[in-house]
Amino acid sequence: MAGELPFEMPLVEMRKKIAELKQFGEEKGIDFTDEVARLEERYRVLAEEIYSNISAPQKMHLARHHGRPTSLDLIGLIFTDFMELHGDRLFGDDLAVVGGIAKLNGMPVTVIGQQRGKDTKENILRFFGSAHPEGFRKAMRLMKQAEKFGRPIITFIDTKGAYPGNTAEERGQSEAIARSLYDMSQLAVPVICVVIGEGGSGGALALAVGNRVLMLEHAIYSAISPNGAASILWKDAGKAEQAAEAMKITAADLLAMEVIEEIVPEPRGGAHHDYEATGAAIKDAVWRHLQELSGLDSAELKEDRYRKFRKIGEFAEGAQESAILEEEVQNVE
Amino acid sequence: MFKDLFQKKRKYATIPSERLERSGGPAEGERPKREIPEGLMSKCSKCGTIQYSKELEKNFKVCPSCGYHMRLNAMERIAMTLDPEGFIEFDSEMASVDPLQFPGYASKLEQQQSKTGQVEAVITGQGTIGGHPVIVAVMNFEFFSGSMGSVVGEKITRAVEEATEKKLPMLIFSTSGGARMQESILSLMQMAKTSAALARFGEAGGLYISIITDPTTGGVSASFASLGDIIIAEPGAVFGFAGRIVIEQTIRQKLPDDFQTAEFNLQHGQLDLVVHRKEMRSTLTKLLELHDVKGGF
Repeated sequence: MAGELPFEMPLVEMRKKIAELKQFGEEKGIDFTDEVARLEERYRVLAEEIYSNISAPQKMHLARHHGRPTSLDLIGLIFTDFMELHGDRLFGDDLAVVGGIAKLNGMPVTVIGQQRGKDTKENILRFFGSAHPEGFRKAMRLMKQAEKFGRPIITFIDTKGAYPGNTAEERGQSEAIARSLYDMSQLAVPVICVVIGEGGSGGALALAVGNRVLMLEHAIYSAISPNGAASILWKDAGKAEQAAEAMKITAADLLAMEVIEEIVPEPRGGAHHDYEATGAAIKDAVWRHLQELSGLDSAELKEDRYRKFRKIGEFAEGAQESAILEEEVQNVE
Repeated sequence: MFKDLFQKKRKYATIPSERLERSGGPAEGERPKREIPEGLMSKCSKCGTIQYSKELEKNFKVCPSCGYHMRLNAMERIAMTLDPEGFIEFDSEMASVDPLQFPGYASKLEQQQSKTGQVEAVITGQGTIGGHPVIVAVMNFEFFSGSMGSVVGEKITRAVEEATEKKLPMLIFSTSGGARMQESILSLMQMAKTSAALARFGEAGGLYISIITDPTTGGVSASFASLGDIIIAEPGAVFGFAGRIVIEQTIRQKLPDDFQTAEFNLQHGQLDLVVHRKEMRSTLTKLLELHDVKGGF
């Protein structure tokens, strides 16, 4: 299969060898059955080893894989009767965000996702999945619409970050993101967010203030892209892999920090190997969480969401640390 | 009067350093040391004008020649804006830990603490402005570029919850380079946490005034700083989401000279007011007075 990442190269090499051996045997009429079986066994062991130890930098590449399913791919697999709705009613229709009404197991829901393009042409149209203020405002308009009609909201996160540009700044990129955080925290319907690819910075968080936040197994989520962090910290964007490691961006890291509620498993080697299986796993998880939330009334849903974010953060309350600090300050003086 | 004569003369004493450098004057390091006591004179970092530090203090640290609003640390800001008596600080000892074991973070924190004498990048508390009780949070750019990690998020959230509880107006003076990368996702989540606290405060009818000071960008700009019922900025303050350099590098767009300044934001509808520092206290007092119905709510 095309699109293998560098860490998968040993497997590609081995597959090639096996194929060559088979072909050679056929051509020459020599029986290599045992050798092929041995190699295939070794391949299975190696594949198991490689795919069960995918590192943070490797996940970064998987999350950005060009063949990875996008929001629209997954919407088509998870929901029925999707009807896309457009525009923020203020400025325009940002194609970096898609949204509309659909049915999940027969229940009407509002679904919103950040949308990358499949090729360069589409990526230019969709700003590589980086939303302008109108994208966030469209999302919020659809969320308020969902709230009015009592529909649960499901969002898919997949962006390098909000669009960094003059036009976005002029139209209030900061305000659009901030307002989204503010308004999502107050929604009176269940909100479930799934990070499906790259969750980059405030642009990702703007659609991720949910009662439940789930992540695909190889998705990543961080305050700044590893490339950005590397260029700020070490003045070298090439050290993105090192930053990816240090920044704890994987689903397992975020589950341990209680930032997310669940990791949704991916097919072996990543979501791009099997769209259907990925869609089915997300559907199962989202449905389960929706059922869990179905007993809560609107005030309880708001409270639940508030509590989820309120508890995040690690710090020391005081006395001891500050005593050490004072001592240090005195020493410096 | 004789006084007028002297005033005229004082103007001659200002030496814009730019001109010095252009005319081939000695570079910073090579310049011969002059016998001026440390801290007596101050140089404007914008226009290079040199003046007595005491005069500058009296002028609210605004350059008398070009109007540049020099950056203040949180203590200076509190002293300049709040009534002199009765400020009670909250959570003064809350300190950052190193939750991700991020390379170099622990030592950087120590270094920032000893450099500034502050524990973290924000001071929160209760005080009065023109006699009106308020809850305030004042950020400190000196400390770690005012970056928001768990402590900044938690202290601001607690302050907003306190304001909700006590039914007092909330004022936040922002200045920040954005999220604290060394706390990655935890720092990002502080944007949601603080915004959610402000949403509750807003739902309860609380007045929130956001004051933008130079510079306010990134995660702080895209959360509480942009959520004020009224948003005020100091003249020239940079206020925006993505920094100029980031935009120029990624999008390769030509940006206007006044890009992301307070004036630019006012023109594009992102601010209510641009207020000179020497009028900040009276402006806030007036706004508090205008909202002073049943004690603020």
